[in-house]
Amino acid sequence: MSGTPVETQGSLSERLFWRFTVLVLVLYALLPVAWLTSLSLKPSGDLTDRHFFPRAISLEHYAAVLTDPQFPAALGNSLGIGLIATGISVALATLAAYAIVRLRFPGRRAVLIGALAVAMFPPIAVIGPLFDLWRLLGLFDTWLGLILPYISLTLPLAIWTIAAFFREIPWELEQAARVDGATRMQAFRLVILPLVAPGVFASAILVFIFAWNDFLFAAALTSTTDSRTVPVAIAFFTGSSRFDQPTGSIAAASVLVTLPVVALVLAFQRRIVAGLTAGAVKG
Amino acid sequence: MSRFDRDERRLGWLLCAPAVLAMLLVTAYPIGYAVWLSLHRYDLRFPDRQSFVGLANYASVLTSEVWWRSVFNTLLVTAGSVAVELLLGFVLALVMHRALVGRIAVRTASLVPYAIITVVAALGWRFAFDPTTGFVNALLGIDQAWLSERWSAFFVIVATEIWKTTPFVALLLLAGLTLVPPDLIRAARVDGATAWQRLRYITLPLMKPAILVALLFRTLDAFRIFDTIYVQTHGAQDTESVSILAYQALIARLNLGLGSAVSVLIFIGTLLIALFYVRLFGSGVLGRAGGRR
Repeated sequence: MSGTPVETQGSLSERLFWRFTVLVLVLYALLPVAWLTSLSLKPSGDLTDRHFFPRAISLEHYAAVLTDPQFPAALGNSLGIGLIATGISVALATLAAYAIVRLRFPGRRAVLIGALAVAMFPPIAVIGPLFDLWRLLGLFDTWLGLILPYISLTLPLAIWTIAAFFREIPWELEQAARVDGATRMQAFRLVILPLVAPGVFASAILVFIFAWNDFLFAAALTSTTDSRTVPVAIAFFTGSSRFDQPTGSIAAASVLVTLPVVALVLAFQRRIVAGLTAGAVKG
Repeated sequence: MSRFDRDERRLGWLLCAPAVLAMLLVTAYPIGYAVWLSLHRYDLRFPDRQSFVGLANYASVLTSEVWWRSVFNTLLVTAGSVAVELLLGFVLALVMHRALVGRIAVRTASLVPYAIITVVAALGWRFAFDPTTGFVNALLGIDQAWLSERWSAFFVIVATEIWKTTPFVALLLLAGLTLVPPDLIRAARVDGATAWQRLRYITLPLMKPAILVALLFRTLDAFRIFDTIYVQTHGAQDTESVSILAYQALIARLNLGLGSAVSVLIFIGTLLIALFYVRLFGSGVLGRAGGRR
């Protein structure tokens, strides 16, 4: 993804400099994760020892978090809401992206610019109205109450990235299928969709991460374990008293929700990088 | 117009309609409702005392010191984080572009902050700087209650934002860097241009579009900062951002009228920032801005 290195040769000191920079950057990127992992493994008595590495390992915080009713419920809500919102958003975006790239109709540019405007939209501006409307419509503290805003706000990202992947498809294949007697729908389903599937999948990961990461909507539009998602559960996690912050449990919960997503992102990193920068430079 | 053209048109609109409607559902309609709410006295704690008050809510927001302090705080965090992110992101992009050993490692590591929930990242840094559970004070050999004082709290907030979003900036800039033809750089080197001259007169001008896109999106993103401040200080120590202010009015105090006035002002602020960039750099910046986050 990054072309050929410009400076393939270079002095020993130059190479050492780059290696050192690489090392520093990698350590810096991993620092807070390493710290949360360290805290989550410290026995309760050691939490305030201010050592970077735990002196003893204990799994007590993981046990506490997994037996507490709040966290497993939040995990289920986050996964369910995130997956449903992702599925719908990506499906709608695929249809729109196909039309924008493949069909000639007035207004297709307006759809792209409109999507961009939505991407710049400050979510706090609609929190009040949604809070009021959702209570009226019975959507407050429900899965649907979060799924709807997540679909809307992730559509721009999904449309732009999927459209970028669509642009790289050899469309002669579709024409060939049409010549052979396939309908437009058959050509789309049997020829185009398999080709664009990897790009759609990458977009799906980006959309899922958006929903998974959201704190504002989840904090404002939920109130119980019925629909409270992971970021809110972690932020509002309380110990036995208001002043006793369960640092160890919060750290353990954080590690548990971080590792799977990091693994997912790293497994598909090439496609994710392509998705993140799609359209940004090629225009 | 042929029948085929008409069919194609119809199909195009049909395929776009669901996505367009879904986007309007949670943006256009609610923002209209927010404007309506902002013109009313509407406090959920006193639901019967609802009445039209004109621009009174705007007047009380715009004359309150709390609002202007939160505007100042938001701009401070925005300017501080975006400036550092751009510099650091550029270094990161250069490393990913040039380093022979470890470029894959850097790309992999730089995706880690992106994959982490903002709330979790904010907590990680809060725990790190915490005087009782943290390691930062022990490491530096000082005794500082970072989040209990205004400027040190800002430092932690901005540091968190930088850590979380620099990778995104770096990836955008890297995409721009790959558009710089290596032959051009080699030719300049042969002609005796120093590293600084090559950067200043070749690389940077060619990267301008990528830099603008990164700048636009990060400015808008930083302007709506919420999660990090909420988790780290909850707006205490005079670190309230405009989004925190609106949230407190709307959700904590249930004053939908006043809170909506703040929301509408934030919306206008976002528009002004977008217009500022379009005026400054031409509307090409919009055409180039694509996938984000």
